[in-house]
Amino acid sequence: MRIINRHPSRGLYILLATLPFIALAVTYAIGSYQRLSINPADKILPSVTQMMAAMNELMFVQDKRTGSYLFWSDTAISLWRLGSGMGISIAIALILGVTSGFIPFVRALVKPFVEAFSLIPPITILPILFIMVGLDEASKITLIAVGTAPLMLRAVALGVEEIPREMIVKAQTLGASTWQMITRVVLPQILPKLIVATRFALIPAWIFLVSAEAIAAVSGLGYRIFLVRRFLSMDVIIPYVLWITLLAWLMDLTLAMLQRRLFPWFQPEQKS
Amino acid sequence: MTTVVLEKIWKEYGDQIVLENIDLTIESGSFVALVGPSGCGKTTLLKMLLGEERPTSGRILLDGMPLKPEPDWDRGVVFQRYSVFPHLTVLGNVLVGREFEKSRVLGRLFGINRAAAIDDARALLNAVGLSDHENKYPAALSGGMQQRLALAQALMRKPKVLLLDEPFGALDPGIRAEVHALMNELWVEQGITVVMVTHDLSEAFRLGTRVIALERRRNRPEEKERYGATIAHDIAVWPPKTQKKKQNGSALVEEAPPLIAADVSAAVH
Ligand SMILES: Nc1ncnc2c1ncn2[C@@H]1O[C@H](COP(=O)(O)OP(=O)(O)OP(=O)(O)O)[C@@H](O)[C@H]1O
Ligand SMILES: [Mg+2]
Repeated sequence: MRIINRHPSRGLYILLATLPFIALAVTYAIGSYQRLSINPADKILPSVTQMMAAMNELMFVQDKRTGSYLFWSDTAISLWRLGSGMGISIAIALILGVTSGFIPFVRALVKPFVEAFSLIPPITILPILFIMVGLDEASKITLIAVGTAPLMLRAVALGVEEIPREMIVKAQTLGASTWQMITRVVLPQILPKLIVATRFALIPAWIFLVSAEAIAAVSGLGYRIFLVRRFLSMDVIIPYVLWITLLAWLMDLTLAMLQRRLFPWFQPEQKS
Repeated sequence: MTTVVLEKIWKEYGDQIVLENIDLTIESGSFVALVGPSGCGKTTLLKMLLGEERPTSGRILLDGMPLKPEPDWDRGVVFQRYSVFPHLTVLGNVLVGREFEKSRVLGRLFGINRAAAIDDARALLNAVGLSDHENKYPAALSGGMQQRLALAQALMRKPKVLLLDEPFGALDPGIRAEVHALMNELWVEQGITVVMVTHDLSEAFRLGTRVIALERRRNRPEEKERYGATIAHDIAVWPPKTQKKKQNGSALVEEAPPLIAADVSAAVH
């Protein structure tokens, strides 16, 4: 049989899926062990125990200068920035995406501008933001919004345009006004696609968050990573990177679950 | 009473003349089946009746008044596909027409209004044989069930004219016969005026009171673009079919539901 027609069993699938993760962990462990056995003061590939010790400090010991637990306050502030930025871009995507996908006049007004705007590499706007809105929270949140909103807006507008014309005509033959079509036909059909768009947008959102924090911040996960880099503190950087990955994964998982729960009709198969 | 009059309708797309000189009067309560070769402009004609396309010249009158140039509640429609809303349940799909009508801002009904709407919707669902499925989403229905749902949904709004574009074209023969029986019953009981596009001549004669055939008179390739299709045959179907009651206003649907329900489900099952 051709290889494309052969499927691994459930057990084999799990084995194959975990294999790369295990391989990476084992490779790291070996590398770390070798380097540390040559030079116990080596900082490049710290052992798990060293990482745990460093993280213990950040997680459970009060910082002398600020009086906070750095790991948790970093996480909180970063999540707040990410959430605010994404919140703004979701709102923009919904309002402008739906209206520009549905109403030709709004499309004429919005679409060419957004297309031009989305060509600007967002990170190049960062200095402009720093100059205009200052170095505080607003500039970081704006960067995330600017970086993700055009992407999401286009996804939503496209989703609206993809609603079969027949369905819109049908709604009109049932007497629906434009407002009624937006609220009862377009929005409900676009929400699952909005969740998909949000999942995609979270990837650049993290990039912009960490970049903004690395460049100008005094707190946050990205700030910490770039701060301790000066001391080659891999024992902090690696756990932080893993933590960010875990957070991103959990967000994606939550959104995927939300999509399945809230929009049962969006799934191809259906249990009644 | 609903009469549709098409006066000297021409339709061109760019240089291509699709329809020429269509003169047609559709009497109230008739069931017009529109047939013709593929690409001759049947859908185009239906779209003009729907208000989705404008005639290049000529005019369409509905009860003596020029047709509104956009789709509206007075002309119901069932397409071959995408006629129901995937995000609403079967019951929700039928209710939505009433909700659009009665609740301009929220588009939702509550309390007694909703209960009354649900009663009407259930009567229609019963009539099309979908009573047992009212909480399913369309994705969980077969093609035939979806089209029956689309019919119920369109009838809920009591359109003056019901426009159908190959509504049963994608169904397999067994289900088709079943839906034909249903369609016939609905037409007899509800006193509606129907225009149906179809590829299937036997379907046209089985359901229609009148069969209109569109055809291009000249079909040489170099002439094709310059001559559109027009009415080649206009056949009154024999024996004549009659509706149960002469249409006299829109009160019909309201007074009849229990009867329809019983009769049609007998025909369907
Ligand atoms: N929007 C359009 N722009 C340009 N030409 C069009 C457009 N819509 C239809 N046509 C042309 O008009 C002609 C009639 O199309 P129409 O869809 O009405 O045919 P039809 O009779 O419904 O065919 P079928 O039986 O295959 O559905 C075709 O030649 C088609 O190419
Ligand atoms: Mg067609």
